[in-house]
Amino acid sequence: MNTAGEAVIRVKDLVKNYGGRRILDGISLDIYEGETLVVMGGSGCGKSTFLRHLIGSLRPDSGEVWMFGKNIAEASEEAMEGIRKKFGMLFQSGALFDSMTVGENVALPLREHAKLDESIVRIIVKMKLELVGLRGFENLMPSQLSGGMKKRVGLARAIVMDPKIVFYDEPTAGLDPVMTGVVDKLTMDLTKKLQITSVVVTHDMNSVFRIADRIVMLHQGRIVEIGTPAQIRNSKNPLIQQFITGEAEGPISFVQTSDNYLDHLTTETA
Amino acid sequence: MFLETLGKSTLEFFRQMQAMGSLLVRTVYWAVAGPFKQKPVSRRGFFAQTVFSGLHSLAIVFFVDFFIGVVLAMQSAYQLEQMGATMYVAALVGVSMTREIGPVLTSLVIAGRVGAAITAELSTMKVTEQIEALETISLDPVRYLVVPRFLALLIMLPCLVILGDVIGIFGGYVVGVTQLGLSSGLYIDTTLEFLTVKDILTGLLKSAVFSVIITMIACHEGLSTEGGAEGVGRATTKSVVSSFILIILADALLTSFFYFAKT
Ligand SMILES: Nc1ncnc2c1ncn2[C@@H]1O[C@H](COP(=O)(O)OP(=O)(O)OP(=O)(O)O)[C@@H](O)[C@H]1O
Ligand SMILES: [Mg+2]
Repeated sequence: MNTAGEAVIRVKDLVKNYGGRRILDGISLDIYEGETLVVMGGSGCGKSTFLRHLIGSLRPDSGEVWMFGKNIAEASEEAMEGIRKKFGMLFQSGALFDSMTVGENVALPLREHAKLDESIVRIIVKMKLELVGLRGFENLMPSQLSGGMKKRVGLARAIVMDPKIVFYDEPTAGLDPVMTGVVDKLTMDLTKKLQITSVVVTHDMNSVFRIADRIVMLHQGRIVEIGTPAQIRNSKNPLIQQFITGEAEGPISFVQTSDNYLDHLTTETA
Repeated sequence: MFLETLGKSTLEFFRQMQAMGSLLVRTVYWAVAGPFKQKPVSRRGFFAQTVFSGLHSLAIVFFVDFFIGVVLAMQSAYQLEQMGATMYVAALVGVSMTREIGPVLTSLVIAGRVGAAITAELSTMKVTEQIEALETISLDPVRYLVVPRFLALLIMLPCLVILGDVIGIFGGYVVGVTQLGLSSGLYIDTTLEFLTVKDILTGLLKSAVFSVIITMIACHEGLSTEGGAEGVGRATTKSVVSSFILIILADALLTSFFYFAKT
């Protein structure tokens, strides 16, 4: 457990609406240095949106996000640039640059921000690709990779600048069980050996309990519960139990009640 | 009802113009100030764009301008023959090609080819989170993506227009010499006699303005795309249509400006 460290990210009463729909509804949360925080929640509940606020690519409607002691909504572009160098983000779709090879993708942050010798850049790129099990794929184009491989390249790119915080948006979705294990181990290694703070969005229950120091569960834009894996596993909250066991019936409802459904089918709506 | 729609689309038009204006300001800022902030334009990106928008457009520009020259010569011969002034075909083709038809037609072709490609590429990057990924590694998309495209087309479009003018005049020459019985020397002499440097400069200035229109619309549409593959298609169509309209509008403005400035 690593919750004794300092808070590197503080989220205060974060609210976000999309077209009148409230996606994030007052989220407050501290994330401590060196911990792995897992964010869980049903599909479409706003996990990616939450991450986007943490990295400053979305502005909150109200509330604040502080990272490394700076309010990122008010930070100047120069200050933001300094902050961005200290974190990496793995996007849900990988977000590799189509027009560049795998190697160029991973090298881009280095080439832009670190004045390094080209030979050193190449070595670092090889090392990071090795970490995600893709050494030797430098010269392929993203279109030649499978979905899971793209994710792993995205991960290599996210950690290429040796960041202090890494955000992962579903790092293991679409990976086979072995590769899932590899990525989980990588996350744990980074955290334990290099004191990196990780914020991981994932649906994969095996991963969650393997890597998490703390787990936060989102539902309808709010934090339902936050705690250690043991606390979450033993939680009495039916929402959480349903999520862990993966039952279709329960408080997280995807199935509309039948009369409502019939109404919906028979009324004309454009 | 009609007025409401009209009002809304006018408002929308001005909002778009404003957005493009601010994009232009940022683009010029990065193009000028970038090198001083240790953040120059990516030379590789610029080079690739030059090749794409310039070199690879040659064939289609030549094709279109040659046949326009041919058509222009035949059309004006049809009128001038009746007054016995066939030799002025050369003058007419030369002047209208350099001042008007060359810049406008070449720019329309480029809007369809390069503008559409830019929007398709940038909007795909937008909907697949690549633009966001650029931002999280502190690469300003304007500096990294827009500026190389902007500069490349700003340089290449006038070059294409000059070459297109030459090819168009050559098209007229082919008609004049083979069909209208004009001698080769006379045709060339007449062309040179009536063509002034000002005509050519006017055409070049127009094409520079059109290149700004094309890249600004294309990049703005691309970077503000929402909603998956469908959004990409919509943005691309809109980019080409808006470019066509604005090029024609700007041409009318510039032509009338030059016309009245003269008198
Ligand atoms: N640009 C947008 N405009 C309007 N609504 C949006 C936009 N982006 C996301 N949303 C809405 O916000 C909600 C949360 O989206 P988000 O992508 O954060 O979900 P998620 O929790 O990451 O889901 P998943 O697990 O499927 O990735 C969704 O209901 C979505 O419809
Ligand atoms: Mg998501």
